[in-house]
Amino acid sequence: MRLINRHPGKHGARLLAVVPFIALIVLYLTASAVRHAANPMDKLLPTLSQMASAVNLMAFTQDMATGDYLMLTDTLSSLQRLIEGLVISIGISFVIGIAVGMLPYLRKLCVPFIAAFSMVPPLAILPILFIIAGIGETAKVTLIVIGTAPFMIRDLIMRVEEMPKAQLIKAQTLGASSWQMALRVVVPQMLPRLIDSLRLSLGPAWIYLISAEAIAAQDGLGYRIFLVRRYFAMDVIIPYVIWITLLAFIFDVSLRLTQRYAFPWFAGAKSQ
Amino acid sequence: MSSIEIKDIWQIYDSRVVLEKISLNIEQGSFVSIVGPSGCGKTTLLRMLMSEEFCTRGSILLDGIPLPAEPTLERGVVFQRYSVFPHLTVLGNVLLPMELKASRWLGKLLGPKRYNAKEEARAMLEHVGLRHAADFYPAQLSGGMQQRLALAQALMAKPRVLLLDEPFSALDPGTRADIHVLTKRLWEETKMTIVMVTHDISEAFRLGTRVIVLERPTPDDPTKGARITHDIPVRPRAKDKKGAA
Repeated sequence: MRLINRHPGKHGARLLAVVPFIALIVLYLTASAVRHAANPMDKLLPTLSQMASAVNLMAFTQDMATGDYLMLTDTLSSLQRLIEGLVISIGISFVIGIAVGMLPYLRKLCVPFIAAFSMVPPLAILPILFIIAGIGETAKVTLIVIGTAPFMIRDLIMRVEEMPKAQLIKAQTLGASSWQMALRVVVPQMLPRLIDSLRLSLGPAWIYLISAEAIAAQDGLGYRIFLVRRYFAMDVIIPYVIWITLLAFIFDVSLRLTQRYAFPWFAGAKSQ
Repeated sequence: MSSIEIKDIWQIYDSRVVLEKISLNIEQGSFVSIVGPSGCGKTTLLRMLMSEEFCTRGSILLDGIPLPAEPTLERGVVFQRYSVFPHLTVLGNVLLPMELKASRWLGKLLGPKRYNAKEEARAMLEHVGLRHAADFYPAQLSGGMQQRLALAQALMAKPRVLLLDEPFSALDPGTRADIHVLTKRLWEETKMTIVMVTHDISEAFRLGTRVIVLERPTPDDPTKGARITHDIPVRPRAKDKKGAA
């Protein structure tokens, strides 16, 4: 049989999915064991038990100076920045995206400007943000907004524009005003698409969050990683990276599930 | 007395003449089928009737008044596809015209008004044989059911003229026969004017009271647009015909 027609069974498929993960873990553990056999003080590839004790120290032991659980405080402040940034970004892009997508005058006014603005590398204007807004929370949240909003705005404008024209004509023949069309036809159809757009923006949002924290912060996941880097504390960095990845994954899955259950019509409509 | 007067209209894109000197009077309550080979401009003509496109020369009057420059409530449409809203249930789709009329800012009815509107919407669904599917989304319906829904939705807005753009072309023959019966029944009950564009000639004659044939005299010559080559009266209005049958 041709390769393109061979399909794994149900169990085979599951097995295939976990293979790369297991391979990576095995590869790491072997390399770590080899290095520790050569040099018991190796810091580059810490063993599982070293990482476990580091996690224990960071996550489950009160910090002597502040009395906080550091990993928890880091996670909460990072998530707060991330969520604040994304919520502002969603708000801005939803309003602008739909208004610009629907109204020809706004399209002519805004599309070239947004296209140009979205080319500005957000990290390059981070110093400007620090100068204007200080090194507090505002600058970090603003960076996330500047980093993600232009993409989401452009994406939404395109999604509005690619709605079948017949639908808007139909709505007008049913007596809808522009406002009613926005409210009853465009917005409800854009909400699930906004979730898609948000899922794609999560990656960049994390990048900007961690960059901002690396440069100026007193806590946060990115701050901690860059802080302990000075001591080659790979036993802290690696668990933090895995934790960040897990958080991002949970965000993604919960957005996907929200889309499926809040907009049951969407999957069917997309495949038509 | 919603008669449509199409007066000497031309449609020219760049230097390509699409429609040339089309004049047509459509009587109130008639069912006009427009047929012609693909690319002859029959859909262009329909788009002008719904104010989606505008003629280069000439004018179109509805009851003696020039058509407004945008689609309006008195001209309902059913397209071949995308005629219903995918994010609303069958009931929601039929409810929408009433909600738009009654609630200017929310576009949504609430409380007892919503309850009454739902009853009216269910009655309409019953009428087109979709009552059992009220809670489905359009994507869960067959093509024929989607077009029934599109008809029901258009009728809820009580248009004076209904414009059909190849509404049944994507349906299989059995479904098409059923929906022909429904369309004819709805037309007879509402007494509205229907203009239907189709490439199916038997459909045109089965439904229409008048069949208009649009054709380009020389298909390859861009300077000669399509014109009306035949104007065939099919039969008088159904009520007169009943006596004969």
